[in-house]
Formats: sequence, C-alpha cells, structure tokens
Amino acid sequence: MSAAPAYGEDKGGSAGPGEPEYGHDPASGGIFSSDYKRHDDLKEMLDTNKDSLKLEAMKRIVAMIARGKNASDLFPAVVKNVACKNIEDPNQLIRASALRVLSSIRVPIIVPIMMLAIKEAASDMSPYVRKTAAHAIPKLYSLDSDQKDQLIEVIEKLLADKTTLVAGSVVMAFEEVCPERIDLIHKNYRKLCNLLIDVEEWGQVVIISMLTRYARTQFLSPTQNESLLEENPEKAFYGSEEDEAKGPGSEEAANTALPARKPYVMDPDHRLLLRNTKPLLQSRSAAVVMAVAQLYFHLAPKAEVGVIAKALVRLLRSHSEVQYVVLQNVATMSIKRRGMFEPYLKSFYIRSTDPTQIKILKLEVLTNLANETNIPTVLREFQTYIRSMDKDFVAATIQAIGRCATNIGRVRDTCLNGLVQLLSNRDELVVAESVVVLKKLLQVRPAQHGDVIKRLAKLTDSIQVPMARASILWLIGEYCEHVPKIAPDVLRKMAKSFTAEEDIVKLQVINLAAKLYLTNSKQTKLLTQYVLSLAKYDQNYDIRDRARFTRQLIVPSEQGGALSRHAKKLFLAPKPAPVLESSFKDRDHFQLGSLSHLLNAKATGYQELPDWPEEAPDPSVRNVEVPEWTKCSNREKRKEKEKPFYSDSEGESGPTESADSDPESESASDSKSSSESGSGESSSESDSEDQEEEKGRSSESEQSEEEGGKRKMKKRKKVTEGQGDGSSSDEGSDSSSSSSESEKTSETEEEQVEPASWRKKTPPSGKSAPVAKEISLLDLEDFTPPSVQPVSPPTIVSTSLATDLEGLTLTDSPLVPSLLSPGSGAGRQELLHRVAGEGLAVDYTFSRQPFSGDPHMVSVHIHFSNSSDTPIKGLHVGTPKLPAGISIQEFPEIESLAPGESTTAVMGINFCDSTQAATFQLCTQTRQFYVSIQPPVGELMAPVFMSENEFKKEQGKLTGMSEITEKLTLPDSCQSDHIVVQKVTTVANLGRVPCGASDEYRFAGRTLTSGSLVLLTLDARPTGAAQLTVNSEKMVIGTMLVKDVVQALTQ
Amino acid sequence: MIHSLFLINSSGDIFLEKHWKSVVSRSVCDYFFEAQERATEAENVPPVIPTPHHYLLSVYRHKIFFVAVIQTEVPPLFVIEFLHRVVDTFQDYFGVCSEPVIKDNVVVVYEVLEEMLDNGFPLATESNILKELIKPPTILRTVVNTITGSTNVGDQLPTGQLSVVPWRRTGVKYTNNEAYFDVIEEIDAIIDKSGSTITAEIQGVIDACVKLTGMPDLTLSFMNPRLLDDVSFHPCVRFKRWESERILSFIPPDGNFRLLSYHVSAQNLVAIPVYVKHNISFRDSSSLGRFEITVGPKQTMGKTIEGVIVTSQMPKGVLNMSLTPSQGTHTFDPVTKMLSWDVGKINPQKLPSLKGTMSLQAGASKPDENPTINLQFKIQQLAISGLKVNRLDMYGEKYKPFKGIKYMTKAGKFQVRT
Repeated sequence: MSAAPAYGEDKGGSAGPGEPEYGHDPASGGIFSSDYKRHDDLKEMLDTNKDSLKLEAMKRIVAMIARGKNASDLFPAVVKNVACKNIEDPNQLIRASALRVLSSIRVPIIVPIMMLAIKEAASDMSPYVRKTAAHAIPKLYSLDSDQKDQLIEVIEKLLADKTTLVAGSVVMAFEEVCPERIDLIHKNYRKLCNLLIDVEEWGQVVIISMLTRYARTQFLSPTQNESLLEENPEKAFYGSEEDEAKGPGSEEAANTALPARKPYVMDPDHRLLLRNTKPLLQSRSAAVVMAVAQLYFHLAPKAEVGVIAKALVRLLRSHSEVQYVVLQNVATMSIKRRGMFEPYLKSFYIRSTDPTQIKILKLEVLTNLANETNIPTVLREFQTYIRSMDKDFVAATIQAIGRCATNIGRVRDTCLNGLVQLLSNRDELVVAESVVVLKKLLQVRPAQHGDVIKRLAKLTDSIQVPMARASILWLIGEYCEHVPKIAPDVLRKMAKSFTAEEDIVKLQVINLAAKLYLTNSKQTKLLTQYVLSLAKYDQNYDIRDRARFTRQLIVPSEQGGALSRHAKKLFLAPKPAPVLESSFKDRDHFQLGSLSHLLNAKATGYQELPDWPEEAPDPSVRNVEVPEWTKCSNREKRKEKEKPFYSDSEGESGPTESADSDPESESASDSKSSSESGSGESSSESDSEDQEEEKGRSSESEQSEEEGGKRKMKKRKKVTEGQGDGSSSDEGSDSSSSSSESEKTSETEEEQVEPASWRKKTPPSGKSAPVAKEISLLDLEDFTPPSVQPVSPPTIVSTSLATDLEGLTLTDSPLVPSLLSPGSGAGRQELLHRVAGEGLAVDYTFSRQPFSGDPHMVSVHIHFSNSSDTPIKGLHVGTPKLPAGISIQEFPEIESLAPGESTTAVMGINFCDSTQAATFQLCTQTRQFYVSIQPPVGELMAPVFMSENEFKKEQGKLTGMSEITEKLTLPDSCQSDHIVVQKVTTVANLGRVPCGASDEYRFAGRTLTSGSLVLLTLDARPTGAAQLTVNSEKMVIGTMLVKDVVQALTQ
Repeated sequence: MIHSLFLINSSGDIFLEKHWKSVVSRSVCDYFFEAQERATEAENVPPVIPTPHHYLLSVYRHKIFFVAVIQTEVPPLFVIEFLHRVVDTFQDYFGVCSEPVIKDNVVVVYEVLEEMLDNGFPLATESNILKELIKPPTILRTVVNTITGSTNVGDQLPTGQLSVVPWRRTGVKYTNNEAYFDVIEEIDAIIDKSGSTITAEIQGVIDACVKLTGMPDLTLSFMNPRLLDDVSFHPCVRFKRWESERILSFIPPDGNFRLLSYHVSAQNLVAIPVYVKHNISFRDSSSLGRFEITVGPKQTMGKTIEGVIVTSQMPKGVLNMSLTPSQGTHTFDPVTKMLSWDVGKINPQKLPSLKGTMSLQAGASKPDENPTINLQFKIQQLAISGLKVNRLDMYGEKYKPFKGIKYMTKAGKFQVRT
C-alpha cells in the first residue's frame, strides 16, 4: 500500500493539469502524439489480458514516476492490476484479503474500482467474501459519501443474505451508511431474528440495537393497555401465535369479547424478536447481555422485563469498567421498574474494596430500590458506609439518606436524627454534607425542628465549607421566626466576617439581612445597612447587583414604594419543599446501553429511539415475497454462459444457517467454483432452508406415495414459465417464523454439515424415487392415510417447489455438471406391521441427512402411526441387543400417539460400515416389539465432492484388491443420462463427480463410520454395453454395492 | 467504530498506539491524563471520558491503561468488552500482559491488533483463529525469525475464519488426548461485626483445558443441575440442549477456555467455611491501639482450608504495627497502610492468630471506622455448593480421551467488617 501515497503526492508535486510533457518523457518515446492519448494508451495496455504488455506498461509508469511526472490518473488502472487480480483468485480467503486491502486504500481516485469490487464481492459465492464486502461499505462511504445510493443497493442485497457470517457486518454497514432506511429491514426482519443466535457476538450487539429501533417504529407499545391486558388471558394470545394463528383471528375474538376498546395484541413479529433474543442473556459477552437487556427494557411488556435483572446482576461480577456501565443502566432502570431489582438488593451492597465511582453508583441503585419494607436494612447498611474512610463516598451516602428520608415518610424522623448526630462528626466534609441535606429536609416541616435549626446556627462558628455555611444562613433567614433570638446574632457575626466569605455565602448573608430587616427591623436595621454597604463595593458584580436590588426593595424610598409594600411577600413567600431526585431520572429517553445514555448527552451519530406509533404500520410488509429469478451482470465475467441462478433476494426467511458447515466441504465446493459458479449462489441460501426442508422431507415421503410425481412435474412446468406462486411464499415465511420455535441449535446445527453442499444437487426425480419402489406401493394399500400431518400441506408444496426449482436449474443446463443425489434413499421399509404391532404400524426411511450429534450415524426416520382406537403411550427404544461396534442414538420418547395419528422420529444408527441388522426393542407402555433395521449398503455412505482430477488420483490409489469390476448391459430404458444418474443415486448415497467424457459417470462417497472412500465409475457404450467399477478399501462394501447397482441398472 | 487504541503505562507514557482509520493525534490523551490526575487512584479513572471531538473509553488492567478512541455513538460495553478481549488475547499470546512484554513483541502485537479489527469493527477475536493467522512467539521461532527475517504471520491460509465453528482450529492433533475440567467456586460474602452473614453468594466457573484430536463433540452432565441458577456460556455450548435437558453439549475450542460461569441460586444457604474473631480497638487519648485476630474453620465439610491470606487496609492514623503471628508471616506497609498476613493452612487444633499493638499518630483523634478484613482462602476437592459433574462423554471421535475433573472452592470478595 506504500504506493498509494506516492501516487497522491505525485499529483500535487508535478506539473499542473494541461502542462505539456513532451520530449524527455520515456513513456512517450516519440510514438504518442499527445499527452492525453499517451496515458490512454498506457491504460489500454494495462487493461489487456497479456501479462507482457501489462508489465511493459508498469515499467513505463515507474520510469515516469522516477522522472517526477504525474501518473496519478493511471493509479486506478494500476490498482486494478495489483489488487483486482487477487479479487478473482479461486481461493475465497485471498479474494477477501484482496478486497480488504483494496478498500483500505484511502485515496479518492480508486472509488470507482472499489465500488466495482464491492459490488462483485457482494454476490460472491463465499460468505466470507461477502462479509468482507460488507466491511468495505463503510470504508467507501467515508471516502466518498456521494456513493451512498449505490452502496444502499449493495446493502440491500447483502441484507438479504442468509448466512450468519454476513448478517452482523452488513447491519453494521447499514447503521453507518443509511440507518434511516428502515424500510430495507422489513423483508429481512424475521430472518435477522432467526439468525441472531448464531451470529458472532459483535454482530449480535449491532443487530439487537438496530432491531430495537426498528421495533419501536413498527409495533405498538405493549404497555399502552397494560391494565386491560392483565384482565385478558394474555397467555392464550401468545401461545396461539406459535401455532401460526396470526394476528387477525385472535384479534377478532378479542374484539367480540371487549367491543368497547380495541385490546392490545402483540404482533407475532414483536414476540418473535423478544423470544429470539432471550437466550442471549446467557451470553458470555457483557455487551450482548446489555444489548438484550435494553431491548427488553424498551420493548417488552412490563410483566416480562424482569428476566433481565438476573443477567445484569451477573455482570456485576465482571471487570470494574463493565460494572460501571452496567450500574449506570441499572440505576436508570431501577427508577422506572423498581420491583425488578428488589430481589437482588444485597448484590448492590458495597464493599470497602470497590472503587469510589462504583460505590457511588451502587449507592444510587440502593437508594432507588429502598422502599417501606426494606428501608431498615438499607439504612443499617448506610450506617456502615458513613464510617468509611472514603470521604467522597460518605458524602454520597449522606445525600442518599436524605433522599430516602424524603421518599419514605416513615423513616424521615429517624434519618433526621441520624443526620443531626452526624453534625458532631469530626470530619468537616461529613458535617457540611449533612447540613446541606438537612436544609432540604427541614423545609418539609420546619415548625417541629426549631432546635435543629438552633444547633445548626451554632455551627456557623466552626464550619468552613461554603456550601454548608450558605445553607445554614438560608435556613435561619427562612425560619427566623422560629429562632428570633439567635438570628440577629448570627447576622452580626456574619457582618463581621463578610469580606472574608465566599461568594455564595455573601449572597446568603444579604438574603438573611433582608429577611431579618423585614421581620425584625428594630434590631437589625443598622446591621442590614452595614451589610448592604459592604456588598455595594464587593468585587463580584452579582453581589453588587443583589445588594442594589435588595436595598431598593426593602428600604422604603420616596418615589417608589409600590414594590416595597410587597417585599415581605416576595422574600418570605412559602416555598415548596425541594424534591430530592435521582440524577438518573428521565435518562431513559436515551436508548439504554448507549454512549449517549452513559454521558447523559447526545453523542455524535446517536440514533434517537423513536416513540411507539399510535397505529401499527402495516405488518404485512415483513411478509416475504416469492423467490425471484434475478440476473447478475457481474457473473458474465466468469467466462460462463449467462444463466439464471438463485439470487440472494430469494424469498424465504429460513431459520438459521448456524454452525458447522464443514470447512472441508466448503473448500471442496470452492475449488470447483469455476465450473459451477452459475449455481454457486444457491449454496448459501439452500443451507438456510434446511429446517423447512427437513420437515418437508419427512412429510414429503409420507405424502409422496399418494401425490406421486405427476404433481411435481406440473409444478415444475409452472415455474419454468416464470410464474410466481403467491401462496407458497406466504406459507414459507409463516413456517419460518414458527419453525424458530423448533429445535434449532442442537438438531439442525449438525445437519448443516452436508446439506449445504449437497442439497442443491437434489434432482427433481429424486423425490419421486420412493414411488418407484414396489414395497412402498404395496404398503400403501393397508396403510391408513394419516389424518393429522405434522406439517401443513402448503408448506410441503412450497419446499418441494423450491427443491424442484433448484433441481431444474441444475439438470436442465448442460454446462453445469449435475451432481445428483436423491433427497432420501430407498423408500419406506416396514419395521412393524400394524397387525403384529396391535395397531401400531412403524415404517422407516433413510433420510440421507447427516445425523446430528454424531456424523458417523445413519439418520433413520421412523414413522409411527396408530391405527388402533386407543392412544399408544410412552413409545421409546428399549435395551438394544447390538452386534459389536454398532450403536444407536435413540429418538426421544414419544409420550402419546392418539388414535389415527402418526408421527415421525429421527434416530441415528452407527452400522460400523457393515450391513448387519441393528436389532432393538420398541417399547410402548404395555408392549415390547423386537424390530430390526438392516441397511442397504448404499446407505452406509455419504456423498463427497471432488474434481475429476482428484477422483482419478484417488482411484489410482485404490486399485488391485480394492477394485471390483462388473460388465453389464444397459436396457433401453437406461439410455439417458438422467435416468442412469438417478438410478445409481437411488441405490447408493453418492455424489456425482463432474466428468469430461459424455458416456462416463463418476460418483464418490465416503463410508460413514470409517470415512473410507467409495468411488464408482460407470463406463457406458452407446451400444448398451457398460462396465461398472467400484474402488473402495472396504471390499465387502464394494462387492455389495456393485451387486446392488447392477441390479438397479439392469432392471 | 473504534478509531484508535493507545496503551498508557502507570507513569503516564503512551508506549503504543494503533489506528484503524485515520490517525488521531495522541494529544487526545491529554483529556485522559487530566481525568487521571483528578482521580486519586488508577481504578477511579472514569471508563468513559467525553472530549470535544472524541470519546475515550478505557480499561485498566495489569497496570496498563488501554484507551480506545471513538468518534460516534457505540455501545460503551461493546468497546470495553473488546478492550478486555484484547488484553486476554495478549495474555494468551505472551503469558503475561505487561509493558516490557508488549514492547518486546511489538510486531506481533500490531499484527494481532490489525486482524482483530477491520476499519474499527471486530473481525477475528477468537484466539483459535488468531493463532492460526499469527503464530504466538516461542523462543525457537524468535531465533529463527531473527536469522531469516521472517515474521510470525502464518504461512497457511486461515481456514478457521470460514468455519462455522470459529472457536476451534481445524486439523488439531495430539498424541495424548486429554480433557480437564476445573469446577471453581468463589464465595462472595460480607460478614458483619458480630459474625453474622449480611450477604453471601456463590459464583462458579468451569474452566476447561481440552486437548483432543479432531472435532470431538462433548457432553457434560451434572448430578444436580438445578443448583445452577443463572448461567452464561461460551458460544460453543448449545443453548437449546441446555434448556431442554440441562446437559452441556459442545464442540470445544482447542486449549484453555471458560466453558461456563454460573451463579448458585440464592435460596440455598451458603456455607461459610471460615470465621474471623477480631478485637481491634483504638483509644482516643492513647497512642497505642490493640489488634488481635484469629481465623478458624467453620463449615468445611471435613476439608482443610489452605492458602489463607488476610489483608486489611488500616486507617491513616496508624503509624506502625508490632504484631506476632502464631503461624505464617505478616507485613505492614507504613506508606499504603496495608497489612497482609499470609497464614497458610488452618490447623483446627491450633488456630492461627495475629496479636500485637498499633502505634498511632500522637494527638490524632481515633479513626471512625475499624478496618475491614479481606480474606482469601482455598479449599481443594470441594465445590461448596455441592455441584457435581455426573459424566463426560465424547462423540465424533474414536479414541478414548483422558478425562479429569477437579473441584475447588475459593474466597471471592470475602469481607469481614469490624
């Protein structure tokens, strides 16, 4: 980057614009006629594809610079060659680093290149590169804010991204560039809520604080009808929303119940936000916990805010800086919601080792929390604090006692007595502070406290702190009728020392004099005049001013007098007692947890927290639209024939992408980027679909028997015509919001591993595969159709639609190597017949999804249906009797299965790379059935992706004993590519390897337990003769696989 | 977000600065120095200082101020949390975090800081990823680097950054596979003059040292998970699993990390394992005061209390103390007025005590407050809350790891008011 400033300086240093630079310029070399054209030519050279020309151009430029010539206008072209080269590197990390370097050059001239690079990276297939693009956006914006509109487009695009890696960074960019464009969030709101838990900590903080603002503009205040809400069975509303019963229905119901006022019903999206942020209170990062706490404070109904207290109290164990910030926020919260922190009162007790600033904040919180019931304990604590060696802290404690006394009537006298006792303290600061607080307290009921005032008056001799002296003088003046004898004497003393007093004391002396003159002019007339004369010549103009004013007011003169008649009313008007308030009152108009809140002043760039709207804006804006086919021009540069692909803006807001997409598979697909870039984009979004997909799939296979392939064919056609299906998208978003409830972390997390890379290769035909199986067809006849589906049918339509679409793009375009693998393996197998099971029928399918928890396990979907007329209870797996090495992961117990209902459970079995049956007991509450699952050999593996070269290399290693070859003749029905691939992948869970030759098919996989490679090659001649080769270390598996595949192909 | 970082030592020198955006003049730190002067002690410097154009957020650790400069609204905890993460990273890299060490490794420090923030926004803060990018210094590497002129920047691409398990390095290999878990509980308590407990709570952590090959997936279950009232997890822990089954399921980071910190619910009465008998008296007229403390075991569940250290901040009026301990050693610093008594083990048969006199400033009046006594102690093989790990299982890898669980109880902020 050292080049950057060099170019910049050059610009200034060399000749001005337009100055001719002929002759001695090595770059012109006599070839170029004009200055302008010459640079043009160099640019052209730099833009060519030939490295030699580029090199030549660079040499000339360097020579120019060496001669001190201005080459700054060539800078973009040079940068493009240096950094941009890497921007197209096949490795995503290098692409990302190149972009990071490029975007860190703070030279305005490269703005266009940066813009271009960002745009390109924003549609990169690697989420990491997209993240870097998001990071680059604020950099470019700070360099040239004119690019805002274009950058917003990029932000909009990246906001639609479904990976957790990108989410935090893009929201950060959003906050820096266009925080006011709240409309960009609508479509992504649900997705952001769902992704939140898996975003890295820093991103979480940014997203949460943005969503807080968003929610304030889009939802109604949950507290507006608080009283009404409490009467209503609120839980029913909230509960129903999880069953996808959206607002209108329940709203109507409520309306009929209470026709007079429209009751408050929380928007399901509002609820979604609260629900999805709650687990983050358990984060180890204090910043995240604070962010969630402020979100709850600003957005949650009163009844629910309480949950944050515990987490905030936990943060008090952290570093003192964290404590400082947290306590500031707790102080603000405890004023509004005192009850929330009351159970944790003792956590705010002060230790002598706390730093003073922490002590004072804790004291503030304790004071806010004090109430009628706990005040004795609080005061006892305060008593200990008063004896502390830390005097600033003692002063603050006295203030706190004063506040308790005014707030809680019951203890006022106790506090007053305590404070009076403190007046005899040896430390002057303590005494002074007590005086100040006493002054405020006495104002409440002065008549009863004449003796206290007398005692205070005595203190004027000893106490030196100006604020305290001023307070005493004011008190005596104000209540001089209670101390008629002492007051004039005090004035006498003060008049004596007047010149030596501090300004605020002087002012109070004038005040006292005036008041005494009005009440007791006989004794004090001369004294007052003396004081006023002294004040007249004071150095401070305030005091001179006051003296003049007072004299005019109280001493009756000839012409005036109108005012002086009312002087007594002016000076001795009854004054309202002061209210001692916390300095944290009303701080909550700043967003909590923000810098502005901490400083109690608006910081630069602070986004005001908007007030709740009166009327809720249209909630439907958050509904997500139909998947759109969009084209991206950048893609053309990939030397690929332009073809449609799934753009990022595709509709469904799926659940989290979350952890665990295997780095290996990432990089594997990456290395293929050049060949499959057309479909590349789909990888990122297809992962996030999984959860729906998973659901879809399980119910799919149940339904597929009935629905068959026909329907799907229809669907596919419809989409090819480019028609959107409105209902499907609505359902998609619905199910996504509800699916957030279902297990996300543990289950799906692991499932991401593979689907990310192989879901997209799902062929449309794969879905209909089970139909072809005769077993399942036969089964269907005595299979009572399940009356209740676990997933509503429209969802199935939408997900299957999505998969169909993907399959379509991939298989119909000849340039894209189609890597196929069916959605699920062999069709349904019977585990327990309904007759044998006394009404309980059990089937199983191999879902071909990686099993969560243990990647070595085959995931088996077990479908239970109850065809008896009594509910079956307590379905679980009993003690399995397993051959060595085989282990199973039981499905969670199914508590009850009502008659006519069916359900699906997932269990994992580690077959240890053998086809031995796993036998186990299936127990109900009353019966036990021995069942066994024997896997077809093809299910013992998972697809892997490799390039043709890798495949050949691996194949080379697995020859000899590990190679099994079989000759076969393909029937006529097996002549098309499509069918062959489908047949092979139905039999075995293998991934297709791209292949140059047209008649060769290659597939690769790894066995689940040992991870040994299984490579399958099918060499088909046009005549129908074919040769099948399987290479695998596991000879048994190889042999069996050959047998199965041959059978499938020749059938 | 975060513009710049300044490292300031206790004598007020800026010994390192790093800028992620444009350069901010170090004169901005003058505002910090002003605040530092106003606060008498280092820990009283306000963590957030506004200046006309910037905001200074600082943390104080290891006698170094880490001052971050920001220009616009950022949640303060975001910055503070990040600064603490920086300190933790340095500690992780260099063993200790001190001025000389940072100065010695200034190149690595810059490299690490550059990777941690991109344009002021955190990029890679997980130590596993950072270590992949920039290798921590070892003696051998330092020697090699000096000779060959190479740097600590890793020569492999940091694939960990792309992983969705960003906390774990890929390709971890060990010959001995071990997983150790330390359950450490701290008792925070305030005991009043008469020996009764004002407040007491137990805070615990589980620190782990996991050295396992590959991608192990661990589950840890407790005998009595109900004890845990409030927990916070390392990001690797699957929250839903905890919610539903009260089992910790996680793919661990490589090396040392804090798996969990928890708070034991307040309903459970906290056993206080020690008591302190004290008799500290000042007399108004005399220049001598009496000082006597005895420490003894209370509810220790039959375990011995070790590593007992008693410290107390004496009032300013105390000039010196002449004390005799029945065991251990004691020191009194007449400047800071800090008394410290290293007791060691408590033998229930012969209780340790410290007796003697204090010489007070002549003529000065007696201090208002008796000093508070701070106590530190350790009890091995005991989790005072009664928490017990039930079992630890590993999935995902085939080898048999060596597993170890250790319990310990310590004093947290344990104060006795006198």
